Amino acid sequence: MKTEILDAVESKSLKEKIPYFEIGDVVDVRCRIREGEKERTQTFTGTVIARKGRGVNETFTVRRIVNNEGVERIFPLHSPNVLGVRAIRSGKTRRAKLYYLRERTGKAVKLAQRHSTHTVSK
Amino acid sequence: MAMLLGKKVGMTQVYNEAGELVPVTVILAGPCVVTQTKTVETDGYNAVQLGLDEVKPVRRKKPAIKHAEKANTTPKRFVREMRLAAGAEQQYQAGDSLTVSVFSEDKFVDVVGTSKGKGFAGVMKRHGFGGFPASHGTERKHRAPGSIASFASNRGHGGGPKRGKRMAGHMGNVRVTVKNHELVNIDEEKNLLVVKGSIPGAAGGYCIIRTAQKA
Repeated sequence: MKTEILDAVESKSLKEKIPYFEIGDVVDVRCRIREGEKERTQTFTGTVIARKGRGVNETFTVRRIVNNEGVERIFPLHSPNVLGVRAIRSGKTRRAKLYYLRERTGKAVKLAQRHSTHTVSK
Repeated sequence: MAMLLGKKVGMTQVYNEAGELVPVTVILAGPCVVTQTKTVETDGYNAVQLGLDEVKPVRRKKPAIKHAEKANTTPKRFVREMRLAAGAEQQYQAGDSLTVSVFSEDKFVDVVGTSKGKGFAGVMKRHGFGGFPASHGTERKHRAPGSIASFASNRGHGGGPKRGKRMAGHMGNVRVTVKNHELVNIDEEKNLLVVKGSIPGAAGGYCIIRTAQKA
């Protein structure tokens, strides 16, 4: 009863269509950024290394290397400020959390490609 | 002023128009039954008595059952009064049903609830005292209140602790009012009020929701 009601309240904040991507994919995340009065769209490209949480709290972590420095951003999947996620390259993985990539540098960061295109799309 | 009785469902988060995640409490409020109306002529003041939640009639005493019968309802588990201004006109009748739509014009509400009981608590937890250092020679009095009085308290001699001195004791399980909560959403279909922030009490606890008096 309790969870049902809370889920019903939460469900209004959820996105109807969730972009499809997998762990290990290289994705383009478009997010809305507000600078004072102005609004613009910023794209963050990197590898999805984790996806956690449930309902409105579901988030995914995107990692990329900028100037030899690892940068990770955690995006709330259902946030209105996350405008879209597009998988541009799939990665072959054997686990759900790719935290081992944090210890790797250079070429070792790149994952083998799983398939050339996303055949499944929701 | 509008008032309603409700039950705390729990907390969650929702996004607002600005795309910010807002912490909210969900309250299952109403529909409340007007079990009695009070007027200046008969009772000396104007009020409306509201009841929430069914209870088996066998579990209530006869006076309570008959009292509910006057309003053509069954006895209720949670009954509270909504006070009306002295000159206000009585707009409800016994037997009427109040739903969350009474708040349709309100932006802020006050919520009254019963806080979670903490049992017998010391002064650090109950009143936020600082306690004593963990080391530097402190022995057996790390969470002690310190001096509570002296021989010369309040001048004169042979004084005792001042009245109202904050000491250890039972904490929580008292009536608490939290004011000016933003009303994020009203769900008339499911009888839900979504209120920004936290409200006193455990999930499943009863609460009173009123239009904010100082918005």
